[in-house]
Amino acid sequence: MPTYLMKRLVEIVPTLFGITLISFFIIHLAPGKPTDIFTELNPKITPEARERLEKYYGLDKPVPVQYWMWLKRVAKLDFGESFSPDRRPVIQKIWDGKRPLIERRLFVTFMINVLSLIIILAFAIPIGISSATRRNSLYDKVMTTTVFVGFATPSFWLALLLMILFGAHLHWLPISQLKSMNFDSLSLAGKIWDLSKHLVLPIFVSAFTGLAGDSRFMRSSMLEVIGQDYVTVARAKGLSERLVIYRHAFRNALLPIITLIGLSIGGLVGGSVIFENIFGIPGMGQLFYMSVMTRDYPTVMGILTIGAVLTLLGNLLADIGYMLADPRIRTR
Amino acid sequence: MKDTRFSSLFWNRFRRNSLAVAGGILVLLLFVVAAFAPLLSPYNPDDIDSRHVLDPPGIDHPLGTDDLGRDVLSRMIWGSRISLAVGFVAVGIATLIGMILGAVSGYYGGWTDRIIMRSIDIMLAIPTFFLILAVIAFVGSGIGNIMAVIGLTSWMGVARLVRAEFLSLKGREFVLAAKALGARDLRIIFRHIMINSMAPVLVSAVLGVAGAVLVESALSFLGLGVQPPTPSWGNILTLGKDNIEIAWWLSVFPGVAILITVLAYNLLGEGIRDSIDPRLWSHERR
Repeated sequence: MPTYLMKRLVEIVPTLFGITLISFFIIHLAPGKPTDIFTELNPKITPEARERLEKYYGLDKPVPVQYWMWLKRVAKLDFGESFSPDRRPVIQKIWDGKRPLIERRLFVTFMINVLSLIIILAFAIPIGISSATRRNSLYDKVMTTTVFVGFATPSFWLALLLMILFGAHLHWLPISQLKSMNFDSLSLAGKIWDLSKHLVLPIFVSAFTGLAGDSRFMRSSMLEVIGQDYVTVARAKGLSERLVIYRHAFRNALLPIITLIGLSIGGLVGGSVIFENIFGIPGMGQLFYMSVMTRDYPTVMGILTIGAVLTLLGNLLADIGYMLADPRIRTR
Repeated sequence: MKDTRFSSLFWNRFRRNSLAVAGGILVLLLFVVAAFAPLLSPYNPDDIDSRHVLDPPGIDHPLGTDDLGRDVLSRMIWGSRISLAVGFVAVGIATLIGMILGAVSGYYGGWTDRIIMRSIDIMLAIPTFFLILAVIAFVGSGIGNIMAVIGLTSWMGVARLVRAEFLSLKGREFVLAAKALGARDLRIIFRHIMINSMAPVLVSAVLGVAGAVLVESALSFLGLGVQPPTPSWGNILTLGKDNIEIAWWLSVFPGVAILITVLAYNLLGEGIRDSIDPRLWSHERR
């Protein structure tokens, strides 16, 4: 097992290299330069000043050289300085260590994703298992149809509908931002209540769309297990159906959940550009969207790289989790 | 005697799956709507009417009008062309790349295989929607770019699928026989193996169209996709968001269209998958 893990760990390095290489070249070979934005915003900038800016950012050098410079800096965990007017280091923009937790983008996205993941799992597992054990029953058919509808629902559309219903018509919930204007003057309980009101819709939307895929995944995992020989054996030796399902099948069907959790780790930092954009939530998705729109190369590269690292680590953790949970894989 | 040809076994099973048939009919309907858009739409989708700005659904405009007084129903009918075109071209690109790389990888093995598999790992580890967003924002929006970008970022599944089929088929007797008869590699790849792996590729392509339609609408919604005045379901929804307090119809109807389209492709794809897999045929009488 340790040799396998070492091999996987070593494999991450060239993969990561490839990811940054592809991202960097796509972004930097695109027509136009970030300095175009400065000149558009401020027509008084002279060509000389523009040239100075380009030199300052190293944009006058060929792209491979720029990539090499970037790579050397990233090796020291320095993603450079943002191109946006605030000129803050990218790492600080993402991490934001000095602010209160709730104002840190990474934390906000992380919190929303973890909460919705918990909700997803709490519903997806029972739905998937019960559909599988009652395959082709009315319940299974209703659930399957619901799941398909959920799968086909664009998250941003669901968000819009809920905003119209609960925000514009019923006025029950605020439709954007993470907190109210008077947030700072509220008591602790008031703050939590205020946050919850703002988070209900985003978390519901993100959980709903994820739920469809995951309960489907659980269903097929359970169906596969039910078809295995050891389940037939358990039935053949006369165990009750309850025992067969919950003792023998259920635990094995749960194994792929490890993969699901591992795969969603990458999304923890990425978050959703779309619904953070709709709800005006100051998270990573919103930061990425703003950076992309203003051609803030260093921030875009920083977020893509950190997202990729987390995705790869998530895959690795899923593998490790599998090994710990499943003796059949451990001995391989 | 029972007909045991693949096509009739497939059709027998598919026919009894009412959801799959419904999906297929809806997809056909979408084709008809897109093809006959000029005949079906009651108004010119680009006609601005300043006297009927943001009219709610009524007799003149069944689905209301937008902020420039354009008929929403007509714009949605024309918008179906965009989602159809993006879906098929993007998936076409992805399927072609996936088939070629998967075939080469599975058939030749060795270094080629390792390099291709590593590129798949790399592509899978990049947060796809982020990459698409970055490329569109940097390279420029427009329907051609969207098709290309979606296609270039979604071939990995097909490649893996085709590779797996090649690995399992390339040692079979019929392939060895073709080799013994002196068939060239290209002939073996396309005539003998690829043809046998078409079923799962078809399923993944149909499901892929659903995904591409969703991505296109999301991009258009963010303002990075199909640019107005060209109508697309996603960019009508953007107007819905801008007029969220007053014009619910701009938010509701295009979303329903996206939902039905994606649902139709998913049901059709899953239906084909269930009917194509011989391993599931034995469970038929459960």
